[in-house]
Amino acid sequence: MDFEFSEEHNQLKREVENFLKGELPPDWDEKVFSWPGGYGTMPHTELEFEEFTKNFQLKVGERGWHSLGWPVEYGGQNSWMKQAIMDDVIDYYRAPHGGVADWIAAPTILQVGSEEMKKDWLPRIARGEISFWLGYSEPNAGSDLASIRTSAVEDGDDFIVNGQKIWSTGAHVSDYAWLVARTDPRVPKHKGLTLMIIDNKTPGVDIRPLVNICGIHCFNEVFLDDVRVPRKNVVGEVNRGFYNLMLALQYERLVAWTGSYRRTFEDLVQYVRETKRDGAVLGKDPIVQHKMAELAVDLEILHGLYWETAWMMDHGTVPDLEASVLKLYATELSRKFAGLAMDILGKYGQLRRGSKWAALTGRVCIGYLDSISGPIGAGTSEIQYGVIAMRNLGLPRQ
Amino acid sequence: MNFDLAEEQRILKSAARNFLAKECPKEVVRRIKESEEGYSRDLWGKMAELGWMGVLFPEEYEGFGGSFLDLVLLAEEMGYHVCPSPFLPTVVLGCLPILLAGSEDQKRRFLPAVSRGEKILTMALVEPNTGQEVTLPSVNAVSDGGEYVLNATKLFVPYAHMADCFLCVTRTREGHDAQEGLTIFLVDAKAPGIRLTPLDTLENDKQFEVVLDRVRVPQENILGGVDRGGPVVGDVLTKAAVARAAEMVGGAQAAMEMAMQYAKERVQFDRPIGSFQLVQHHFARMWIDIHGARYLVFKAAWKISRGLPGGIEASMAKDHAGRVCRRVTTLGHQIFAAVSFTMEHDMHFYYRQAMGGDLAFGNSDHHRTVVGRELCLSDSPPPGPLVPLS
Repeated sequence: MDFEFSEEHNQLKREVENFLKGELPPDWDEKVFSWPGGYGTMPHTELEFEEFTKNFQLKVGERGWHSLGWPVEYGGQNSWMKQAIMDDVIDYYRAPHGGVADWIAAPTILQVGSEEMKKDWLPRIARGEISFWLGYSEPNAGSDLASIRTSAVEDGDDFIVNGQKIWSTGAHVSDYAWLVARTDPRVPKHKGLTLMIIDNKTPGVDIRPLVNICGIHCFNEVFLDDVRVPRKNVVGEVNRGFYNLMLALQYERLVAWTGSYRRTFEDLVQYVRETKRDGAVLGKDPIVQHKMAELAVDLEILHGLYWETAWMMDHGTVPDLEASVLKLYATELSRKFAGLAMDILGKYGQLRRGSKWAALTGRVCIGYLDSISGPIGAGTSEIQYGVIAMRNLGLPRQ
Repeated sequence: MNFDLAEEQRILKSAARNFLAKECPKEVVRRIKESEEGYSRDLWGKMAELGWMGVLFPEEYEGFGGSFLDLVLLAEEMGYHVCPSPFLPTVVLGCLPILLAGSEDQKRRFLPAVSRGEKILTMALVEPNTGQEVTLPSVNAVSDGGEYVLNATKLFVPYAHMADCFLCVTRTREGHDAQEGLTIFLVDAKAPGIRLTPLDTLENDKQFEVVLDRVRVPQENILGGVDRGGPVVGDVLTKAAVARAAEMVGGAQAAMEMAMQYAKERVQFDRPIGSFQLVQHHFARMWIDIHGARYLVFKAAWKISRGLPGGIEASMAKDHAGRVCRRVTTLGHQIFAAVSFTMEHDMHFYYRQAMGGDLAFGNSDHHRTVVGRELCLSDSPPPGPLVPLS
C-alpha cells in the first residue's frame, strides 16, 4: 500500500503545469467556469473558446498527452495513471479537455476498430487534430438508449442515416459525430444498433443550439436528413453497437474533475480564512468548519477512487465497479459541493459573474446551476445505482 | 501509487480471517459478551501465540516488528467478526504510550508480558464533565514525598476489571490545554483505593467507572515525565481512532455481505428482494460507504506507519467511518427487516459495534471539528489530496 507518486509521475505533473502556465491567458479563470462535476460549463464545448481550444489540443498532442494510456505500438505510453495525472492537472487549471475523442472514441477504436480504422483515426486523435460529439441520446431515448430511432439503412457502400439526436454537447464545435444508429429494426432493440463516425460537414447534418440553464450554449439538437455515411466509418461490426458502446465505459468514467474540485475547494478555503462576517472570519464558525471538513473528506475519497481506478486499469483489472462508483460519486458531489458552498457564501453566492460584490467570481453561483447536469448526464445516478447493484454486486435483475 | 497489500500483509489478513472464523463464531461472541470477563482466555492465548499482541513491538520485546498498518489489518478482521477482547485497550491504549515514552525498565516490565498474553492493560482518561477535547481542567494528582497521590473518577475505562495496570492520565499542573500539564501514571490494578463499577453499555463491551481514592503511585511509575503526558496521549488517541475506525469498517463489511446474501435468497412478491430498486440502491450506497471509509483508514494508517504526521487523516477516517458504518449497519437491519430485530439474529452486534466505535476516541462531530479547524483557521495548506502532487 502506497499513496505517494513516483518521481516520474511528479515530473509529468510539473511538465503539464509549466505548459499550462505558459499557454493559458492570465484572465483565463475569470473567463471560464468549469464547475467540477458538471457538463454545462466545460470550455472545450463552447464557441467562445473554440479557437483557443483547437490550438491548445494541437499543442497537447505534440507532447503525446492525448494518448498516454494507449498501447505503445499506437504511440501511447501504456499508462492510464499518467493520463489520469495529466487530466488532473488540466482540470486544476480549468484548461480544455480532450473530450469525446480522448475519452470514448480512441479507447473504443483501440478495442474494436479494424486495423484500417486505427490507422485512419488514431494518429489524428493523438495529435489533437480532430474532435467528436457524442450522438447517443434522442428525445425518446435517454436512459433507455436501446430505444433509439435514428436509422441507418444500407445503400451500396454507404449507410443513409435519418433521425434526430439531442443533448449533443459540443456538436457545434466538433468535427465528427460519434453516433449510434439502428441498422436492424427486426431484432431485439439492443441487438440492432451500430456505432459510426459521421463527418459534421456531410450534407443533411443540421445542428441547432440549445441553451442550458447556466445561460451557456454547450449542447444542441441535431437533425440528420438522408446523411450518407461510408461503410468504413462503422466502428467495429454492424449491429454490435450497443456492446461496443459498453466497452469504452471504464475510460469515460475516468472523468472525475479531481483537479477542478481541488482548485475550487482551495478557493473556498481561502475565502473562509479571509472573509469576515460579524467581526470574525467565517472560518471561526463551527458550522462552516463542519461543512468544509465534510467536503474535504468527500474530496479525499473522490481522489482515492480516481487513482485506484487508474491504477487498476494499468494492472490488468477491469475497474467496472470502481469506475461506475467514480462517475456516480464525482457527479453527486457536484451538487453537494455547490449547495454547501452556497450555504457558506451566503447572499454573495447568488451574485453572478460581473455583478458587483460577487463572491469567487460568480463560479459557485453558476456551479449551483451546472451541478444539475452531473447526476443526469453520461448515465443518470439512478442508472448508475442499478449498474453497480446488478452488473457489479451481482444482485438479481427483475 | 499502489492499492495492493504487500504479500506478508495479505497473508496476515487472510490468516486472521480464517483464525477468527474458526475460533470466534457468533456462538462464542455471545458467550463471551454474556460472561463477566468479556473475553476468552483461550482465544486470548491463541492470539498471543499468533504474535498479534506484539505485532507492533520491536523484536527485543518479543514483538513482531510490524507496522501500524499491520495492526490496523488485524483490527479490521476483529471488527469483521465482532470479536470481543481487550486487544485495542491493551496494545494501543496501554502499550503504545509505553513504547513512545516509557523508560527501558518500563518497556521490559510490560511489553514482553503483553506479547505473551500474560498482561492486560487499559487507559483511564475521560472524567465526568470532560467534553470531546479531554483537557482535564482540574489538578488531580499531587506530589507527596517520593510518591504521587491520585484522586479521580474515570469513566468509560475498557476492561478495567481485567487489567493488570491502568495508564491513568491526570492533570498535575493547572491549565486547560490538553498538551501541557498532564501526566500519565502506570497504576497497579491492585493498588489500594481503586473502586470499579461496571457500566452497562449499548455494545456490551465491559467499560467501567474507576474511582481512584487517594491512590499512591511511586515516581518510577510516571510514564514519560511529569506534565509531559499530553502529546503522548494525543498521539495514542490518534492511533486508537484509526484502529477503531478499521474495526468499524470490518464490521460494516460483514454486515453488508450478510445482508446481500439474504437479499439474493429472500423471496417476496415472487422475486428475490434484491431485485427491487430501492434495495439495490441500499447496497450500492453501502459499498460506496465502506469503500470510502476503508480508503481513508488505510491512508491514515499508511501515513502513520511511515512516521509521517497523520492526525488530520486519522480524524477524516474516524469522522467518516463513524458516520457511514452507522448508516451501513442500519441498512443491514433494514434489509433483514423484522427478523433482525431479535437478539437471536446477528445483525445487532454490528449495529452496536458501529455506534460504540463512533463514540470511542472522539465521535464523528468531534473529528469533523478537528479537520474543519485545521482547514479554516490555520495557515497551512489544505490536507489530504488537497496538497499538490509533488
